Amino acid sequence: MAAESYPDDLLYHPGHDWARIDGDEATFGITWFAQDALGELVHYEAPEAGSSVAKDRTYSEVESVKAVSDVIAPLSGEILEVNAAVAEAPETVNADPYGEGWLVRVRLTEPGEAGSLMDAEAYRRHLAEQG
Amino acid sequence: MQLIFEKSRPGRRAGHVPAHGLPVPEVPAGLRRDEPPRLPEIAEPDLVRHFTKLSTRNFGIDTGFYPLGSCTMKHNPRVNERFAVLPGFRDLHPLDEESRTQGALRLCFELQEALVEVTGLDAVSLQPAAGSQGEITGLMLMRAYFADRGEAERRRKIVIPDTAHGTNPASVTMAGYELTNVQTDARGNIDVDDLRGKVDEETAGLMLTNPSTLGLFDENIEQISEIFRSAGALMYYDGANLNAVCGISRPGDMGFDIVHINLHKTFSQPHGGGGPGGGPIAVGERLAPYLPVPAVVREGDGYALDYDRPKSIGKVRGFYGPFGVFVRSYAFIRAYGPQLREMSEAAVLNANYLLALLRDAYELPFDRLCMHEFVLSARRQKREHGVTALDIAKGLMDHGFHPPTIYFPLIVPEALMIEPTETETKETLDTFADAMLAIAREAAEEPELLKEAPHVRPVKRLDEVRAVKNPVVRYGFEEHEEPPGAPAEPRQLEAQ
Amino acid sequence: MSYLSLTDGDRDAMLEAIGVSTIEELFADIPAGVRFGRALDLPPALTEQELTAYFEELAEANADPSQTVSFLGAGLYDHYVPAVVDTVLQRGEFLTAYTPYQPELSQGVLQAIFEYQTAICELTGMDVSNASGYDGTTVAADACFVAKHATGRSKVVVTEATNPQVRQVVKTYAPGFGLEVVEVPHRDGATEPDELREAAEDAACVIFQQPNVFGVLEPAPDLAAAAADAGALPVAHVDPLSLGVLEAPGNYGCALAIGEGQSAGNPLSFGGPHYGFLAARSEFIRRMPGRIVGETTDAAGNRGYVLTLQTREQHIRREKATSNITTNQTLLALGGLVYLSWLGPQGLREVGETCLALAQYAKDRLNFPPVFSDKTTFKEFAVRVGRPAREVVSAALEQGIHPGYPLGRDYPGMDDALLIAVTERRTPAEIDRLAEVLASCS
Repeated sequence: MAAESYPDDLLYHPGHDWARIDGDEATFGITWFAQDALGELVHYEAPEAGSSVAKDRTYSEVESVKAVSDVIAPLSGEILEVNAAVAEAPETVNADPYGEGWLVRVRLTEPGEAGSLMDAEAYRRHLAEQG
Repeated sequence: MQLIFEKSRPGRRAGHVPAHGLPVPEVPAGLRRDEPPRLPEIAEPDLVRHFTKLSTRNFGIDTGFYPLGSCTMKHNPRVNERFAVLPGFRDLHPLDEESRTQGALRLCFELQEALVEVTGLDAVSLQPAAGSQGEITGLMLMRAYFADRGEAERRRKIVIPDTAHGTNPASVTMAGYELTNVQTDARGNIDVDDLRGKVDEETAGLMLTNPSTLGLFDENIEQISEIFRSAGALMYYDGANLNAVCGISRPGDMGFDIVHINLHKTFSQPHGGGGPGGGPIAVGERLAPYLPVPAVVREGDGYALDYDRPKSIGKVRGFYGPFGVFVRSYAFIRAYGPQLREMSEAAVLNANYLLALLRDAYELPFDRLCMHEFVLSARRQKREHGVTALDIAKGLMDHGFHPPTIYFPLIVPEALMIEPTETETKETLDTFADAMLAIAREAAEEPELLKEAPHVRPVKRLDEVRAVKNPVVRYGFEEHEEPPGAPAEPRQLEAQ
Repeated sequence: MSYLSLTDGDRDAMLEAIGVSTIEELFADIPAGVRFGRALDLPPALTEQELTAYFEELAEANADPSQTVSFLGAGLYDHYVPAVVDTVLQRGEFLTAYTPYQPELSQGVLQAIFEYQTAICELTGMDVSNASGYDGTTVAADACFVAKHATGRSKVVVTEATNPQVRQVVKTYAPGFGLEVVEVPHRDGATEPDELREAAEDAACVIFQQPNVFGVLEPAPDLAAAAADAGALPVAHVDPLSLGVLEAPGNYGCALAIGEGQSAGNPLSFGGPHYGFLAARSEFIRRMPGRIVGETTDAAGNRGYVLTLQTREQHIRREKATSNITTNQTLLALGGLVYLSWLGPQGLREVGETCLALAQYAKDRLNFPPVFSDKTTFKEFAVRVGRPAREVVSAALEQGIHPGYPLGRDYPGMDDALLIAVTERRTPAEIDRLAEVLASCS
C-alpha cells in the first residue's frame, strides 16, 4: 500500500478522482484517500475504449470485498485507452494510485472544464473539511 | 475438514431405490445423459458423521447467545418443529382438492386474521417467501394501485431513509421505481424538513422501518404520515422490527398502507442458516384488490382459494407461500395469544438493560431509550487503539458469543447493532455485558490480541480478498488428485 | 404460554439499572396518537399440550395422505425423503443459525453450501450455482433479471409448455424489470425450435422446461441452439431428479439452468418451503442473484469458506444490486445436498430409471389415448379420460386414488386431459389399482 500523497501536478474532483492533463488528453484515476477508504481493490469494472465520459458522471466501478464505489469522470471526453493492468490486478491502484494504477486515458472534449477542478492544496483542504 | 466429495469412493452408496424389475424405456440419444454427475459416493454412517461434524462447526441459537441486530435471534420453540411435520401437513400436495386441504387452508386463514390484528390493517397475503419478497410485492401493489388511478406514469419515486436495510433500495430498482434518499436527524428520526422537500405529486410512497434500524421509534411518525397522506402517496412498513411493538403500536394505526412481516424474526421460524423465511404482507382496504392470487378466503363453513381477483398483480411465488413456515409461526402466535405484548415488552426491556450496562464503555450515537435493539459505535476504540468493530466481533467469539451485526446501519461508523431478544435471561445479558466490557479493556491494554481473534474457533480469520479475486465456488474435481487409497478402476455406473 | 425467561425480580432489577420505574416508561418515544389502546384480539394463550391438540386437529382436518395413493404432480412431486435428511436438518446448529455473516462461527453451513453448489453444478453441468433461491418459480424471474443486464435486451421468451406457475411469476415480475414477456405455443406437447428461434429475436433469454409441464421431453439441445442463434441466453428449467438419465443443460449450451429443488429432498408441505436452484456458466458469476460461498484460506493457511462476491448483493450495492434477495432457502437446500449425497450418482440414475419404467408401465396399463402422440416422456404424462378430468379426480378420490392433475385448469381445450405423475414411490400394484379405478370412473 502506498503512503498518503496528493501530487501537485494533478487536478482533483471532490468525488476523490484525479486528472493528469497532457494537451488535449488526460489520464484519470482515484485518489489515495479513495483507495484507502475502500481497502484492497478486487475488481475494476472497466469501461470500453471508444465510449464517452461526461464530467461528474460515473464511468466505471471499483470494488473491494465489502464496498463498491462509482468512479466519477473529473472531465468530459472520449476514452482512448483503458488500463488493462488494473483490470487484471486491481490492487495496482492501492500500490500506486497515481502511477501504475491509472484507470483510463481520455481525449478531452471540453478542456475548459479543467478550471472547475481543485489543485492539490484545495483537495487537501476538502479532505480536512470532510473530516 | 474434508469435503464430502473428498470422502467419496467409487461404488460406495447409502440409498437404494426400488426397481420392480420393469423394463426401462430408452431415452433418445442426444437427450440422454451418458456422463453421470459426480455426486458423493458415501455410505450412510459416514454421511451422518460428515454432517454432524459440520454442524459442530456452526453456531446457532441453540449453541449460545446470538444478539445479531435486526435478525431477532430468539429461541425457536421445538414443539413447532413437530407440528410442521405432522403427516397431514408434511405430505399434503398443494394442488389437492380444496375439500381435502381444509385444515391447511384454515390454518392459513387464521394466521391471516392474526396478522390483520397485529398490524392493524385489513387484508393479508401469505404468499411472499421472505421479507425482501414482501417488499417487492408491496411495491408492485403500489404500482397497480396508481395504475388503476391513472397516476402510475407520474408517480415514479420511492422515498427511503439512509438508515434503511439494503433490501429496500434493491427492491425499489427491481420494481422499476426510482429512489429518493431522506436523511436522519440528530435524534435518529427521519429529518422531517428534508422529507418535506422530497415528497410531491411524483412520489409513489415511502418505505420505512419503525422502530428504525437504529432501534429507535420515529417520534415524528404522525407528521411523516401526514406528509405522505396529503401528497396522495402510500406508506410501506418494513416489518423487520415488528418484534418491538406487537400489541403496543400497530403499523396500520401509524398510517401505513402496506406491511411485510418477517415470520422468521417476530414469530420465530428457525432461519436454518439463511432460510427459510416468510414475508406475508398486510394491506389496507384500498390495496386489497391487488394482492397476489390466490387468496385464502372463508366460504360458508369452510375455506377456499380465490383466484377470481381481476385486479391482482398475479403470483409472486409458487402456490400459496411457505406453508411449513406458517405452521411454526402460527403455533408461536397461538402460544402467546394476546400476551404477544409481553413478548415485545420483554424484548425492549432486555435491550434497554443491556444498553445501560454498555453505554459507558462504547459510544452511543443516539442517546435515547431504545426499543428492541440499539446501535453502539466502536469509533473511540478505533481512534484510540486501532481496534475496529470487526475486531470486537471476532473477540466476542472467544467469549462464546455470536457477535452483533456490524457496520450497519451505514450512517453509524464502526457500528455494533445489538439485539438481545425477549427470550434471554438476565444472567445471559450480564455475562455478555461482562464480555463486552472485558473487550473494551482489552482494546486499550492488549489490542494485538483482539486483532488476531478469534483464537478458539476451528478457523482463524479468513482471507476474503482471495475468495473474491480467485473465486472458487465449487469443488475442483480436476485439480484434486485421487484421494489416497482410492481404487484405480473406473466407476461402474451402468444400469443393471 | 410464553418463551420468556425473566422473573419478577429480574424485571425490577433491570428497570432500576435502566433508571426507570415501569416498563411503560420504556415506550415513552411512541406518540400517544399511535399507541394501541387495547389488548390484542387473539385467541387465548395455549400451553404446549393444548397447542399440540389444536395443531393435530388442524392437520387431521386435511385428508389423511396415508389413505390416498396419489399421482398428483404438476410441479411438486411425491418422491421419497430418507430419514438422514430429517436427522441432519434437525441439528440445532444448522436449524437455528442465521445467514453466515461471521465465517469463523459458520464453517459448518458455509462448507455445506459450498458442497451444495458443487452438487448443483454437477447435476446441471454448470460452472457456478448460488446458495439457493425461494423456489422453482422465482428463480425464473431471477434468470430474466440476469439476462436483461447481461444482454441489454428488454424481452423474454417463455415456452407455453413451461409450468404455468413459473410463467405467472415471470409475468408478475417482468413489468418492474422493464421486460416484455412473449410466450411460444407448444405444438402437440412440445416446442418447435424454428418457432422459438423466431420469437427469440431481440430476446434477453428463452426459458423452456425439460421435461416440460406435460412431462414431454423437449428437443432441448435444439431449443438451446435456437435461442443462442438469436442472441438470447438459453435457460433450461429442469427437474433435478431427471438429471441422472437426462442430459445436463450445461452440456447442450444453456447459459443458465434453474429449477424447483423440492423433488430432491423436501417434503410436499402444501407448497413450501422448498428451494429453487440457479446455476450458470462462469461468465455470469458477477450477475448472479443471492448468496454465493467461496473457498479461501484462513490466517494460518487452512482451507475455509466465506460468503463471497458480496458486492453484487443488496447490503452493499443497494439500488444497483443484482437482486434484493437476502433470506434464501439454505436449510431446504441442505436437505437437497443430504438427499443427493444419500443417492449418489448410481441412486440418482436409478430414481430416474424407476420413474421412467413405472411411468411406461402406467401408460401401458391405462386404456386412454395420450394427449400428445408419439412423445417421449419422463415421469409424467397426459391422457384423455373422455370426460372432464375434474370429475374423474373427484370420482377416483372416492376410491382412494388421486389420479392426477386436470390440465384444463391451465390449458384451454384440455378439459378431459389428466396429467399423471408416477414417482419411484409408486408401485406396479398401485398403478394397477389406478388403472382399475380410472376405468370405472370414465
